[in-house]
Amino acid sequence: MALEIIESCVNCWACLPLCPNQAIIQAEPHFLIDAGKCTECIGEFRDAQCVSICPIEGAILDELGEALNPPGSLTGIPPGRWAAVRAEIAAR
Amino acid sequence: MDLPVIDSSPTASGGCAAGSCGAKSGQMDGLTDAIRARVADHPCYSEDAHHYFARMHVAVAPACNIQCHYCNRKYDCANESRPGVVSELLSPDQAVRKTLAVAAAIPQMSVLGIAGPGDPLANPERTFETFRQLALKAPDIKLCLSTNGLMLPAHIDELAKHNIDHVTITINCVDADVGAQIYPWIFWQNKRIHGREAAAILIWQQQKGLEMLVARGILVKVNSVLIPGVNDRHLREVSKTVKAKGAFLHNVMPLIAEPGHGTFYGVMGQRSPTPAELKALQDDCAGDMNMMRHCRQCRADAVGLLGEDRGAEFSLDKIEAMEIDYEAAMAVRAELRAQVSADLAAKRAKEEAQRAAVVPQLIEFQPRAEKPAGRPVLMAVAAKGGVVASHFGHSREFLVYEASSTGARLVGHRKADAYCSGEENCIDGDSLLGRTIKALEDCEVVLCARIGIEPWGRLAAAGIQPNGEHAMEPIEEAAMAVWHEMLAAGKLAPEKTEAKRA
Ligand code: SF4
Ligand code: SF4
Repeated sequence: MALEIIESCVNCWACLPLCPNQAIIQAEPHFLIDAGKCTECIGEFRDAQCVSICPIEGAILDELGEALNPPGSLTGIPPGRWAAVRAEIAAR
Repeated sequence: MDLPVIDSSPTASGGCAAGSCGAKSGQMDGLTDAIRARVADHPCYSEDAHHYFARMHVAVAPACNIQCHYCNRKYDCANESRPGVVSELLSPDQAVRKTLAVAAAIPQMSVLGIAGPGDPLANPERTFETFRQLALKAPDIKLCLSTNGLMLPAHIDELAKHNIDHVTITINCVDADVGAQIYPWIFWQNKRIHGREAAAILIWQQQKGLEMLVARGILVKVNSVLIPGVNDRHLREVSKTVKAKGAFLHNVMPLIAEPGHGTFYGVMGQRSPTPAELKALQDDCAGDMNMMRHCRQCRADAVGLLGEDRGAEFSLDKIEAMEIDYEAAMAVRAELRAQVSADLAAKRAKEEAQRAAVVPQLIEFQPRAEKPAGRPVLMAVAAKGGVVASHFGHSREFLVYEASSTGARLVGHRKADAYCSGEENCIDGDSLLGRTIKALEDCEVVLCARIGIEPWGRLAAAGIQPNGEHAMEPIEEAAMAVWHEMLAAGKLAPEKTEAKRA
């Protein structure tokens, strides 16, 4: 039972000091979660601490590989809108 | 081809050589003498001092605990110069080394700030470790920090302990309904909180933090981001509120939003304010508050005099190799400070004398209509070190002065990408020139040392008169000379009132 940080992590450090189990590792190219230490904060906090502060949608996944902060959930930008802007910029 | 105007030579020091920089002490009106003295050599707060002293920021605070709709935490680009965007994250030890290296090399460096790239108080260990070491090793450097305010009350005692006498709080609203349109979430007491509730908590903590800082005698400046349609009408109330609670300065900055930044506002098409809208708001708030007009929205890791970024000289590998004798540096720095305070005192005394000399004119009984009336004129100045010094095409920013019968005063500054920065960069020169002209659209005159034929024509066509006749003259004198020429040429009739009377 553990969460996972993936490559969209921007190494912002926000999660690291919050982890009650010191499960988060500063690493390059991005931070990592030590699956052996992560308890998903169960018994310690109502919400997983790393997930609750991470500013990047999709950077932390649950055991099933699902994004815990899915697209649009943090920025409020509808995913379709962002895709359209990116396409427009790429076409310049 | 360039029009034949005097060559723009760099001024000797980074500071304001002539001592006549055009910065007015007017923004300090209404401050107590005690506060005036405390900000007198702060390059960010005193219009006088920012020509002589330098500040730097160290990027030791990566984490943030709130999300603002104008920020994208992914953004990190060398071409980007929005505040809060930095490239090189430093450990507290590295930050201290860098600060000592810069302070030794640039004796004008008088202020060290921590502003990001996240929020300093979301990284309390890193931030306070940096301050603790610096207070010991470099007691002649002032320490300051910028925060969103969420964790201010929690850290107030620690802050007071480190003898930090300047804190900047970014306060964009005092109403949670407005805040809900600016802040999508905050991290608070181990939970992520969204929407109006998040904004309400943030506002409460900011206001409480402001009060606690003032109660402890720590100077507080408030920054606000002007977001058209969101808080433009509301910022006046913000100004009143924070002044009533004891903030000494309010700095309104324009929102910078472009789709490519990937911010909520950028992607959703929220527009940035026009320079004229920004100035109108600053004028509007000026009655309530000391407004700050010379802020350049510098990068969070900027080194050097405001607007002059020397960060590249002090990269990590370069400072590792440097030998720093800070004892010796402190002696040099003390000498410079003494020299500058003497210069500033002399300058202020001269201004006082001039003001005194002007008084009799004010009590003359002149019929109003016969006064040499002339409307105020906005002029953009390509300046360096207090004089009209730059080539129009090389200017990265323009100071905006308002010239009127009462003199010339600095009312703001405008960024411009230097559109003519070398052959290969000139491909896009056309649209950059267009953007520069747009940024200066409310100005009637551009004062510069030189200007090319093409931009001359384009500016003139846009109703902005280029003027290269005052190269190397102190800004205020140049601006007033041009204003009097315009007055003499009959260009400054207060047309509307005149027309009505006729
Ligand atoms: S879920 Fe909790 S225990 Fe696991 S890494 Fe995140 S903060 Fe640490
Ligand atoms: S908070 Fe998110 S983005 Fe920041 S370091 Fe942790 S996982 Fe990476």
